[in-house]
Amino acid sequence: MQELEYPFDSEYILKKAKSIKKALLEEKTTRIQKKIAVLGGSTTHDIVKVLELFLLHYGIEPQFYESEYAQYWQDAMFDNAALAAFAPDIIYIHTSNRNIQEYPQLSDTEEAVDAILGETYRHYEVMWDKLQKSYHCPIIQNNFEMPAYRLLGNKEASDVHGRISFLNRLNERFYQYAREHNHFYINDIAYLSACYGLDRWADSFYWHMYKYALCLPAVPVLSFNVANIIKSVYGKNKKALVLDLDNTLWGGVVGDDGAENLEIGQETSMGQVYSEFQEYLKRQKDIGIMLNVSSKNEEENAMAGLMHPDGILKPEDFVLIKANWEPKSKNVAQIASELNIMQDSLVFVDDNPAEREIVRKSLSGVAVPKMDSPEQYIRILDRSGFFEVTSLSQDDRLRSEMYKANLERKKEQESFGSYEDYLHSLAMKGTIKPFEPLYMARIAQLTNKSNQFNLTTRRYTQAELEQISADNAYITLYGKLEDKFGDNGVVSVLIGHREKEILHMDLWLMSCRVLKRDMEYAMLDTLVYTCAKAGIKEIKGYYYPTAKNKMVEGFYALMGFTLEKTDETGGTVWYYKIEADYENKNKVIKVVEA
Amino acid sequence: MTRETVYEKLNEVFRDVFDDEEIEVNDSTTADDIEDWDSLEHINLIAAIEQEFGIKFSMGQVVTMKNVGEMVDIILSRMD
Repeated sequence: MQELEYPFDSEYILKKAKSIKKALLEEKTTRIQKKIAVLGGSTTHDIVKVLELFLLHYGIEPQFYESEYAQYWQDAMFDNAALAAFAPDIIYIHTSNRNIQEYPQLSDTEEAVDAILGETYRHYEVMWDKLQKSYHCPIIQNNFEMPAYRLLGNKEASDVHGRISFLNRLNERFYQYAREHNHFYINDIAYLSACYGLDRWADSFYWHMYKYALCLPAVPVLSFNVANIIKSVYGKNKKALVLDLDNTLWGGVVGDDGAENLEIGQETSMGQVYSEFQEYLKRQKDIGIMLNVSSKNEEENAMAGLMHPDGILKPEDFVLIKANWEPKSKNVAQIASELNIMQDSLVFVDDNPAEREIVRKSLSGVAVPKMDSPEQYIRILDRSGFFEVTSLSQDDRLRSEMYKANLERKKEQESFGSYEDYLHSLAMKGTIKPFEPLYMARIAQLTNKSNQFNLTTRRYTQAELEQISADNAYITLYGKLEDKFGDNGVVSVLIGHREKEILHMDLWLMSCRVLKRDMEYAMLDTLVYTCAKAGIKEIKGYYYPTAKNKMVEGFYALMGFTLEKTDETGGTVWYYKIEADYENKNKVIKVVEA
Repeated sequence: MTRETVYEKLNEVFRDVFDDEEIEVNDSTTADDIEDWDSLEHINLIAAIEQEFGIKFSMGQVVTMKNVGEMVDIILSRMD
């Protein structure tokens, strides 16, 4: 829904919240359901109301637990049957500097200030530890916004007695905790309030009238930020950018003006604007966002533009470059299919409103931010939260390289007589082992992101996965695949739980980047051996149909399982008897096993 | 701006905020007359009215307003 995309009209959202919700619920999309506990240190009513809208927009149907006014700490620390029964999937703690109980006094010694700081921090730390222990779920915690006034003026920032100094130091302690804990995310209201304007954000009218720690019109800004963290935790980030060239990556039209006359580089103000934007995009690539081009241009001209000596992005920074005269909607759809990702994982960036409209109308789910003036491009992309980072794995950093290697493989494939010859030529090496801490972040990411090659589409948080991997009743396997073109990283994840001599498969998924490489057979081989060793005689496979996983409908049949039953929704149950004389099904991947 | 025009706009705002096309407010309307008008919705209502008329109520005004009539008085006094 366009009303909920950045830059949104906060007043409109607040006023129309009820009808927007109705419209969202009428949309025919499938949403994942999540239980979100909001523990507030001040009023949270409208924060929750608007958060619900943004989450519905992101394909998440939330159910809320909302603490009584300012009861965040009590709710967390003491026996709380209601919260326990609610069993949150995620906890958001909405505190602010209004919740600071003690600030340093001017007469305090430095040691005394440190003691107050430590005590204030402990108040939060014990709460996080307690919540983590009781609910094993991700926690989102506000940091502290800057105070509305400065008794010591500018010295508030540097003097240890200053509140700005105190809050900054406290924030740093929060960040330290975040660095040390994987499922703990900071909701950066210090940054949000600065962007919004602290004077407006901290308008005390809303505190004294309604006990809101921020002004009402800023509530959507806050809720949007929280929604972005939540959707990122559940794997709903975008994955790739599709960029126009002329007047998007540089000023001017390369086909008309010639590459040498484009505005890019430090010579002109406009050139600087485009350079800064290219620089920003290049850094997106470093966090794993795949860059692609869709441009109405002769390919030769597009390349000439991208090879401009002052340009920061070079042809090799892109995974796919589509420079032709086809409709952009066609190119964008093609890019999704060649990258093997869903259309709704793409962000289309184009200065031309007509092109944006075509893509928006014909390709559902593609994000189409309004890019009107080049000096605003970075802000619009950045604040839209498309790529909100909640975890950063090695895989993210290498993603573009991996996808490019994939395209190389495709090319090579065409030169072989048989497909099997081709697979052999890849010199594939697989590592298939029970879950290991090193890969847990990536495993969690895969379980939350994979939609197509996913038999049950069960989502797990990293905390749950850690519990499962430590539990003997479960068999877990991850699969990593390397070949002569590069390392694909962790690409397949299996979880099964044991009931006597039967293993029930809770999860079987594979990344589409390694389709048709026989990795699924290698996984089955290792699964069968692992089961045999553990005295398991039978494996039960389950297929639950979703809007996106039709590709694996017949997966278990292909793996040699026998159909046991089909339910009215098309879900199927399969079984596989483990024989002593099992013969490996994978013949092309050399596997290192546990 | 006439009192009638203020009411026309005000009715629109009330209908948006409470998502009810039937609402018709008058001088004596109070929170008791509209089912969903509780203290939590009050804040949204005030914010939406401020936005509609491009004004900002002071805290003192919000605290002492007794009914919609008084609200309209304040709005009109700011429109001059």
